[in-house]
Amino acid sequence: MNDAAEIAGPDILKEWVGQPRVYEKSFNPELYHEVQQFIFREARLQDIHDYDAWEALWTDDALYWVPANGTDTDPERQMSLIYDNRSRIALRIRQLKTGRRHSQTPPSQLARVISNFEFLKSDSDDIRVMCNAQIFETNLRGDTMWASRNEYTLRRVEGELKIAYKKVVLINNNKAIYTLSFLV
Amino acid sequence: MDGNIKSKWDELIQPGLVHGSLYYDEAIFKEEVEKIWFRTWVYIGHESEIPNKNDFVTKSIGPMPVLMVRDSNGDIQLLLNRCPHRGNAVCVQEKGNRARFTCPYHSWTFSNTGDLINYAFPEGYKGTDKSQLGLGKVTRVTNYRGFIFGSMAAEGPTLEEHLGGAKRCLDQLCDNSPTGEIEISAGFLQHRTRANWKFILENECDGYHPAFVHSSIFSVSDSAIGDLYGNEAVAVTRSFGYGHVEVDPRPEFRRRDAPLSWFGTTAERLPDYVKQMEENYGPDRARQIMIDGTPHTMIFPNLFIAEIQIFVIQPVSANESIQHSTAIQFKGAPDINRRLRQQTMGSVGPAGFLLADDTEMYERNQRGLEIRQPEYLYLKRGEHRERRDEDGYLIAHSTDDMPSREIWKHYRQMMEAK
Ligand code: FES
Ligand SMILES: [Fe+2]
Repeated sequence: MNDAAEIAGPDILKEWVGQPRVYEKSFNPELYHEVQQFIFREARLQDIHDYDAWEALWTDDALYWVPANGTDTDPERQMSLIYDNRSRIALRIRQLKTGRRHSQTPPSQLARVISNFEFLKSDSDDIRVMCNAQIFETNLRGDTMWASRNEYTLRRVEGELKIAYKKVVLINNNKAIYTLSFLV
Repeated sequence: MDGNIKSKWDELIQPGLVHGSLYYDEAIFKEEVEKIWFRTWVYIGHESEIPNKNDFVTKSIGPMPVLMVRDSNGDIQLLLNRCPHRGNAVCVQEKGNRARFTCPYHSWTFSNTGDLINYAFPEGYKGTDKSQLGLGKVTRVTNYRGFIFGSMAAEGPTLEEHLGGAKRCLDQLCDNSPTGEIEISAGFLQHRTRANWKFILENECDGYHPAFVHSSIFSVSDSAIGDLYGNEAVAVTRSFGYGHVEVDPRPEFRRRDAPLSWFGTTAERLPDYVKQMEENYGPDRARQIMIDGTPHTMIFPNLFIAEIQIFVIQPVSANESIQHSTAIQFKGAPDINRRLRQQTMGSVGPAGFLLADDTEMYERNQRGLEIRQPEYLYLKRGEHRERRDEDGYLIAHSTDDMPSREIWKHYRQMMEAK
């Protein structure tokens, strides 16, 4: 067994995700594949605006967090771009589904690439994984590129993977950014 | 001389009509920077953003950055981030804590009162008067109840004269805090928009749009904001002059006569806050404050107090602006503060349930002006029902264009001034 000190990521990891995180060194390739497929599917549901299917991916105690002004802010004290519990995720989806969410009417056209999957150490049955995302958005305003580092906590509920926690750290979240009303 | 020759401003700004070029012409934008942003009082920031000695944070006056600093003596300074030597930035951090700023180019070092302390290899500056080589400063700085305003003009009205009747709104806001003080401590969401700053300014007290732009969120949540801006609403718009305007919903809240109804809640749900309010103001005054709630006021040209949050509007160019928004926090009132933050995060910023759609509207307006006919925007709604309140201020229905007309009246005065 390796001890934590040996497998700790470089300091940059803390800077990236805002918390001391430790990479998992060895893992099950089948699980790796399953997790990748799950997150690719989430990405596709977001890109095609399949709101109901996306909402169904979350656990009942889910937390969806998109911080502002860095990676290690305290969302209970500082402003975040999104800090949704399960019921606010539902509200977000209900608003989108009215068809009168003007900033998504017509919806953004999107293609995102998700990559650089790495497991993090987890001290429970929850699966913790980091990945990067790059999103191309085009809408009435024009074309926008978004990039983020995403951290997930996934949980198996009745055999199915679900998202218990998703943190999206936009690389430029310390700057003024355009409207972000598609599902990131 | 022909007395009929009209000034450019007579052409561009007519009663209830404004010319589209006022929103997209870069030459007019440059003129605004000189005649408005570098002349009038501009909101810079709140003193609670720099609580400790040597704290600093980057703010702006129009497109120009300004360092808001609490210096080593505890006084607030507004310094210009330009090295007097060759113009380098003496500070590239957005915020932090430091007593000195050293320019990276040739190492001139300044105190946080802006004085030049020393330069590298001083032999080369024999006989030079250091006191003439300090950092530039915002010419006038005034603090009103923690709100720091700056003016680049040496002369002109005092801040209190400039605020006039709108001062009541800052007082009304602070009075909703049991300590009489608010804090701006949660950090800002920075929302970029490809639209002229005046579209944002006008939107803030435009009570005509919420029923349509925000119907998506009103229809899926139990927000009561919608009622304030209906055809039957008893809320009014008011102009204080100097371009300051408000939507005043107090007639509606007084009709409801229920403390904290303005915040969509009840006294039972915020017992600690209510107790603190009663202790500090006495039961009667506390009850009145909690019925009236906080203001919805646009202080020209850049501070919008939106009930539970503030917006600071920053122009970048004729076609680009930034909205900085954050939750207002009442000093010493944690139980209400969490709700203020949660509600603010839901509503504003790039992903907000409300502001994403407002911003979409400004951007579409801006692109619309590329179409050159008709040349003028039409702002005559409710002209026939303007009236004066008991204090002599112009008021109108909450859905009328009166606030925009008043903003343009003041704008024109500023732009015409020599
Ligand atoms: S430009 Fe700042 S020291 Fe030379
Ligand atoms: Fe709005």
